[in-house]
Amino acid sequence: MIRYFIRRVIVFLLVVIIGVTIIFFIPRAIPQLNPVEVLIRRIQMSGQYMDPNSIELMRESLTKLYGLEGGIFEQYIRFWQGLLAGDLGPSFSSFPTPVINLIKVALPWTIGLLATTTILSWIIGTILGALAGYSGRNKTWSRIFETLANAVRPVPYYILALVLLLLFSYIWPIFPTGGGSTIGYKISFDLKSILIILKHAILPAVSLLIIGIGSWFLNMRNLTALILKEEYVTFAQLAKISDSIIFRKYVMRNALLPQITGLALQLGLIFNGTIITELVFSYPGLGTLIYEAINTSDYNVVMGVSIFSIVAVSLGTLIIDILSPLIDPRVRYR
Amino acid sequence: MWSALKELYKYDKRFKISTRIFLVIVLFMCLSAVSPYDPRSNYVTPVNLAPTAAHPFGTTSKGQDVFWNMTFALRNSFFISLAIVIVTRIIAFFIGTIAGYMGGIVDSILMTIDDSFIILPILPILIFLKLILGRIDFPSLILILSLFGWAWDARLVRSIVLTLREREFSYTSFFSGRNTIRTILKEYLPHLYPILLATGINNMIWSLGMETTISTLGLTAIDVPTVGTTIFWALQHQAFVAGIWWWIVFPVIFVVLLFLSLYFLSVSLSEFIDPRLRTYEVEG
Repeated sequence: MIRYFIRRVIVFLLVVIIGVTIIFFIPRAIPQLNPVEVLIRRIQMSGQYMDPNSIELMRESLTKLYGLEGGIFEQYIRFWQGLLAGDLGPSFSSFPTPVINLIKVALPWTIGLLATTTILSWIIGTILGALAGYSGRNKTWSRIFETLANAVRPVPYYILALVLLLLFSYIWPIFPTGGGSTIGYKISFDLKSILIILKHAILPAVSLLIIGIGSWFLNMRNLTALILKEEYVTFAQLAKISDSIIFRKYVMRNALLPQITGLALQLGLIFNGTIITELVFSYPGLGTLIYEAINTSDYNVVMGVSIFSIVAVSLGTLIIDILSPLIDPRVRYR
Repeated sequence: MWSALKELYKYDKRFKISTRIFLVIVLFMCLSAVSPYDPRSNYVTPVNLAPTAAHPFGTTSKGQDVFWNMTFALRNSFFISLAIVIVTRIIAFFIGTIAGYMGGIVDSILMTIDDSFIILPILPILIFLKLILGRIDFPSLILILSLFGWAWDARLVRSIVLTLREREFSYTSFFSGRNTIRTILKEYLPHLYPILLATGINNMIWSLGMETTISTLGLTAIDVPTVGTTIFWALQHQAFVAGIWWWIVFPVIFVVLLFLSLYFLSVSLSEFIDPRLRTYEVEG
């Protein structure tokens, strides 16, 4: 048990270190992404004339200012020192705001929207799927649900989100067209703020819930149907064990494990999905932050957000790996 | 295989309906050959006309006819995803059979590569590439998406080859001195056709979705009409705020129809290939 735990933690640390290293080196290996050059190009494009000497001077001072002087390994070591002290360096495009502050502003939006909808859709989809699989597909509600889930499944998320946005904020304008709260509104902890935030979050949340519930529902329904055919369920039925106990202890519990693994994988993909959601609904979270940072080649921000997501994702899988033997007695710590 | 498809068409209602929808869409794409307008030139028609007999789907703010532009857009989107499907089928077939047939160290190396491609997040990488390349043109998009699209299916091919390898005809072929490549192409490939077809349709849904998403975000060559770039331009011109709903509604309807028909084709095909999926329907 303890050996398993230690091994999992070591794997977790290794994944984080390798991920951070890759994220550190890739942007630095691509000359087009050099933030100093990007800034100088932007100044030149704006039509100002600068003689070569002053460009050279500017390049030097910018390099020093951005903390990019010295060899790449020197930078790498300095980067780790900063990281362990909780300092991710300054943002290049909104210099000198520290990256950590930008992330602190964006993170609550992403977590509030993505984590809530992922977990909520998992719970709803799993319960509905289990009920539909157990009571058979002859029930009308389960059929209607299945048809809907199947019809939504192949449509790419982007199109679905777009359709929702068009329907409910242009054709029938009951929800705002985007943003996290009303522009210029100062958020405080009172009822009005909460209502405004909720109103802005409903459309993105609904779009995520539709996709999420549909796929969890179909998965869980199939899993339940498979487990119903297992011999131990037949035996339990022959032994006249009550239906609710069979459902909860024999079927649900065994079908849950793949769903939980799926949830872990899904938490990993959150970051991939968040960019699209936040761009469609112009939501002020990490996705928007990283998209803008990539466009302005602000790689301290890109790195900061990516590191956050790597750590969060591997931490999520670590916790689920450690917890899963508690949920499924067939899995042993090894 | 052809006769199997005919059977499916006869007995599976979903297969029948989605085949028909799909054929109508293909016919619609073929109309692009007789289009009176050049899809890349602007202001060839009056702007912002609502749907009429002359312009069945209306015209855009760029002075283009939505109906004829859609024929080009669907055709381009379809061929882009078709190219991706073909390339990924070839990669998945070779990686899968080599890994499954050779086993041992080759298998572990190939499957490690395979796993890394499965977990790479594609969207941030594409946004990154856009920054380096300026704009992603469609040939590069095909290459990039192909590079990301083969991994799941190679795993599936490998698992099938693993079971085929233990079958008797494998040994017969081996002991009659047939060389490996011929065994794979003559003996294994026919067993893999159906699975390659079914996963190919799934892959097409995926690549169409990626193309639409990426183009709508404006990351690709926006002067080429595809479903994604059409929506991109409509959003750029604030089509909905201006009340030009036909510019967005028709592309969305067509692409959703295409997705649904492809999806149900693949569902009924995979149920046909793997009857275990079917039992539930019969019993439940």
